[in-house]
Amino acid sequence: MAETSDTIAGMTFEDALRALEDVVRKLEGGEVPLDESITLYERGEALRKHCQARLDAAQARIEKIVAGPDGQPSGTVPLDPDRGA
Amino acid sequence: MSGPSFINDDVQAGLVARGNPGDNAEPLSITEISARLKRVVEDRFGFVRLRGELSGVKLAASGHLYCRLKDENAQIDAVMWRGSVQRLAFRPEDGIEVVASGKLTTYAGRSSYQIVIESMEIAGEGALLALLEKTKARLEAEGLFRPERKRPLPFLPRTIGVVTSPTGAVIRDILHRLADRFPSHVLVWPVLVQGQGSAEQIATAIRGFSALAPGGPVPRPDLVIVARGGGSIEDLWSFNEEIVVRAIAECSIPVISAVGHETDTTLADFAADRRAPTPTAAAEMAVPVRAELAATLDEFALRKRRAILRPVSLGRERLEARVARLPRPEVLAAQAAQRLDDLGERLRRGLADRARQADGHLQLASVRLTPALLTRPMAQRQDKLDALDRLRLQLDPRAPLRRGYVLVSDSSGHVVKTAADARRHALLTLEFEDGKLEVSTGDTPPPAAKRPSKSGKSSPGEQAELF
Repeated sequence: MAETSDTIAGMTFEDALRALEDVVRKLEGGEVPLDESITLYERGEALRKHCQARLDAAQARIEKIVAGPDGQPSGTVPLDPDRGA
Repeated sequence: MSGPSFINDDVQAGLVARGNPGDNAEPLSITEISARLKRVVEDRFGFVRLRGELSGVKLAASGHLYCRLKDENAQIDAVMWRGSVQRLAFRPEDGIEVVASGKLTTYAGRSSYQIVIESMEIAGEGALLALLEKTKARLEAEGLFRPERKRPLPFLPRTIGVVTSPTGAVIRDILHRLADRFPSHVLVWPVLVQGQGSAEQIATAIRGFSALAPGGPVPRPDLVIVARGGGSIEDLWSFNEEIVVRAIAECSIPVISAVGHETDTTLADFAADRRAPTPTAAAEMAVPVRAELAATLDEFALRKRRAILRPVSLGRERLEARVARLPRPEVLAAQAAQRLDDLGERLRRGLADRARQADGHLQLASVRLTPALLTRPMAQRQDKLDALDRLRLQLDPRAPLRRGYVLVSDSSGHVVKTAADARRHALLTLEFEDGKLEVSTGDTPPPAAKRPSKSGKSSPGEQAELF
């Protein structure tokens, strides 16, 4: 189970969403043995949480690149596009 | 037509040039005439603007540019010194119609004249479009615009890099639309989007994003948007510049280009992985709608719950149906108990029967087990023995001796039954009932009675024959 959650943590949102859809389809298909369907359900729950976390974590953060003396980006500062900070 | 007509001319060509007195037309040296010519040309054409097509463009290693300007009927050599070349807003190419400003000068060493170009511009929008087509054809031939180069955009980028002006409507439109759909982490790389040096800045920014290492101080974007608002073809020109197009094509991150309005197409659009008609559209391509995703997730969760409950309730129903059909435990037990009782009873009965049967056998055997079983055969044997003994006694060969018979035997113990036989023996043994007697026959004196035991062994059988 631990191994599964590790795998899920590394998934992109899209992969996790697709995996969740797959889980739902399998469960709805009703061809999965009951024991296995419980494991599948738990996996689906982990996938859903992972996706939800990605959605919840979404927040606007607007930054502007600041270049160092060599012209390479050295960091960022917040950007206010209305003032062009 | 003929020789003599020449000879008769006023100006007679002699074999050797002579100076005529009063003639001020002294011959000039080539250098002198060249210098005069140069002066005239430079004075008269100190500043000209020429319109013509570039041809034979050659950028020397020194940085100077050599070319020719031509039209249908004429051509003029041209040179542009390095300092001026660096200020060019486009890359000169053969076939481009340009307007060149500069001064005419001569080059005495080759008897030629040329224009030293100070500045050069493309001769109008038509020419600009022609240049665009040429650049496009060249880059296309390199495969920079091939469809198989296009990469899919990430479904949900964690960080979005935007290369555009940090001020103005474009970045605001992008940020607003991103905020509406899916609030995201946006990194803006501020650049000039038109004018001198803008193409270099844009290219540097794209390459800068591309070169960001994952995990560095600046997060590496999953997606880059290169954007600019609408404008004339000249305003958008930086996005047709080869360095920008190449930077986009070589970018290690998928790129959306959103340059100008829907009708404007730049080479940057061809090189990008996706082309957005407007900056707002670029933001829409970049991220899905968060609310829709959340709704999808909720729907999945609901369907999942429903799906998992169904087999459980179905399983319960099926289980209950089977439970209902199961016989009651007490019935099962009663049946078993009955069988147990039955078997117990049979066991008990069986044992008793068996004992009784054995007892019967025992009784039967005991009745027959009497002393007579032993005594009777013994008596019978005794009787048999007695009878035999009686017979034996009757048959004793020495029994007749009691009645006066004598048993005669020779010295070796053999019975002598006839007189003839007796005559052959000197000594005979006579056995009486009470003992033996040695006798001699005829005239043989009787020896001392010494061997009575020997004749005493005569068998009763032999004796019986004496009778």
